[in-house]
Amino acid sequence: MSKQRSGHRAYGYCEYPLDWKAKQQTRKDKTMHNLTEIRWHGRGGQGAKTAALLLADVAFQTGKYVQGFPEYGPERMGAPITAYNRISDTKIRVHSNIYDPQYVVVVDESLLETVDVTRGLKKDGAILVNTQRTKEEILLHLKGYEGQVFIIDAKKVSMEAMGKYFPNTPMLAAIVKVAGIMEEETFLREMEASFHHKFAGKPEVIAGNMKALKMAFQEVR
Amino acid sequence: MAKRDRLSGNEAVAIALRQINPDVFPAFPITPSTEIPQYFASFVANGLVDTEFIPVESEHSSMSAAIGASAAGARSLTATSSCGLAYMWEELYIAASNRLPLALALVNRALSGPININCDHSDSMGARDAGWIQIYAENNQEAYDNMVQAYRISEHKDVRLPIMICQDGFITSHAVENIELLEDVEVKDFVGEYEPEDYLLNSKCPLAVGPYSVTDYYMEAKRNQAEGMRCAKQVVLEVAEEFAALSGRQYGLFEEYCLDDAERAVVMIGSAAGTTKDAIDRLRAAGEKVGLLKIRLYRPFPAEEIAGALSHVKAVAVMDRAEGYSNQGGPLGADVMAAMFRARSKAFAVNYVYGLGGRDVRVEDMEGVFADLKKIVEDGDAGETYRYLGVRE
Amino acid sequence: MEADISRLGLRAKWSDLTEGMKIAGAGTSRGFHTGEWSSVKPEFIEEKCKQCLLCTPVCPDSCIPVKDKKRGAFDYEHCKGCGICVKACPFGAITMEGVN
Repeated sequence: MSKQRSGHRAYGYCEYPLDWKAKQQTRKDKTMHNLTEIRWHGRGGQGAKTAALLLADVAFQTGKYVQGFPEYGPERMGAPITAYNRISDTKIRVHSNIYDPQYVVVVDESLLETVDVTRGLKKDGAILVNTQRTKEEILLHLKGYEGQVFIIDAKKVSMEAMGKYFPNTPMLAAIVKVAGIMEEETFLREMEASFHHKFAGKPEVIAGNMKALKMAFQEVR
Repeated sequence: MAKRDRLSGNEAVAIALRQINPDVFPAFPITPSTEIPQYFASFVANGLVDTEFIPVESEHSSMSAAIGASAAGARSLTATSSCGLAYMWEELYIAASNRLPLALALVNRALSGPININCDHSDSMGARDAGWIQIYAENNQEAYDNMVQAYRISEHKDVRLPIMICQDGFITSHAVENIELLEDVEVKDFVGEYEPEDYLLNSKCPLAVGPYSVTDYYMEAKRNQAEGMRCAKQVVLEVAEEFAALSGRQYGLFEEYCLDDAERAVVMIGSAAGTTKDAIDRLRAAGEKVGLLKIRLYRPFPAEEIAGALSHVKAVAVMDRAEGYSNQGGPLGADVMAAMFRARSKAFAVNYVYGLGGRDVRVEDMEGVFADLKKIVEDGDAGETYRYLGVRE
Repeated sequence: MEADISRLGLRAKWSDLTEGMKIAGAGTSRGFHTGEWSSVKPEFIEEKCKQCLLCTPVCPDSCIPVKDKKRGAFDYEHCKGCGICVKACPFGAITMEGVN
């Protein structure tokens, strides 16, 4: 049997050829400590998907392994959509949705009424909600969630900084701060570079976006 | 020099195509493959490629135009998903029987109905007998690497068959993940210039392509076509070896993960294989001897090699992301079990239908499959061999 | 690719066929005698013919040769006996059994 097996080895390949046990153990430890999972709740057209992809972008810039992906359903403006991020020190292989996130971002607070936003959310994690209401008022909608709650008025930030309502820019900065994904300074530097690339055709919007990010870092609480 | 980046699977394939700079790319949009021609059209508009990009009015036309271009002597391709592939059905067989080495970037999506935009393999599985080489990817990196290798396989003089480079709709096509890209010049040198031997635009040798074949010749024609497929396996391995020297990334006919000493194994295709690897890590940490065989090359089907790799395993679960409506399971199950039977395997084998229409597959689901296999080994009985995973009973 | 249509016959093995059944060389259909397909053929009655040449373009098998602006005799090796030329002739210069 072993002869036949070795004869066929050349056809496949194995990621861990010999000492898989040692490597697996290392991997497991790392996974347990260094995997951050984030779930985004938004409405079609608000940019929750874009925000998730941008977050993957900036986390990548810090040398992490990342995933940013939306969960697609009927594609229409205003429909509830979910997007996800995984950020890890080791290669990410899992391709399922995220059921027990450390962090949840609610881009549109009206979803608190219709979507079970804290489902599976870890108790030692946190939820970040875009709202003009107080933390206490928001808590009433979180079905007894025991973890940390953060709020930010992304509308105010967006209107002041950009003159238009784009909630995803302030929400991105807020979750970077809440989840401690990177230092503010690094984040702003990476985002500025990214905006210069993304908005090469309309550089006039870069300053407003940068202002929104900076304000959001201060406003989230 | 490899370049680290983070891209969605569609973006990665589009970049591979930019680096390849094919001659003709006719396309018609369909979710979730639309982004590939969309990105590519911007490369055309920005002068990064000199490809003739043809926006056509249907997939029937996009494949026809790709075939016409290929017969004329161009390196051509198109991209599609789901019903788009179904609408190309007639042309798929023509491309293969005319031995035209064109490529199709397929982003797997469920076929209607009920209408659904998410991932399963029912589209490409239905086309498995069309005479195309089919290669599948687990993630964006593999989709990119497979696309870079595609023409080297399809245009090889011993093969000359069309090639389908498949990836999972949304799960990899729309997920941004880390990736290592090759330099443009590396891809250009690796893929090389296309120098067709016989082509319609060669004025020195007039040619007829696609003649009528009466019964007296049809069967010989099909046998002749099968010879290209017989040679494809060896070419896939040779190209993979050359690619490994360039990129450092190893590819084969399939990937074995912790399979060497495994008593129980899962055989599957596509993105859920990554999820299965995480399940295997968890179970291995608990001392369970479990492993994975992930199919890369599905057509031609490397039956002997797969049976060989599974020869020491006590129980196998073959995972099909498509129904076969044979009342026995799906197409991969049928192929793997036939391979095991021919190799006189004594292993228990069951076939799961899973992940239809984008149904999510979790690490826990795959742990459950390995638990089912454990019970089968303990009971000494496979029980029901046609099963569903993740369906509400 | 070798253009050798003569290799095609009922003894040709699958490996004798060209890749993808491609046929090299131009005008290879000349070697394929479709004239065997019919039992009745048109007849050319030269004295009735005004050399209008209306019959030549309608022939699907190019079986009516033209030389010096005049049509010649039928090429029966390729004429399938479809009778279209009989219908096209305004002067009754072509006849065929079963065609009026």
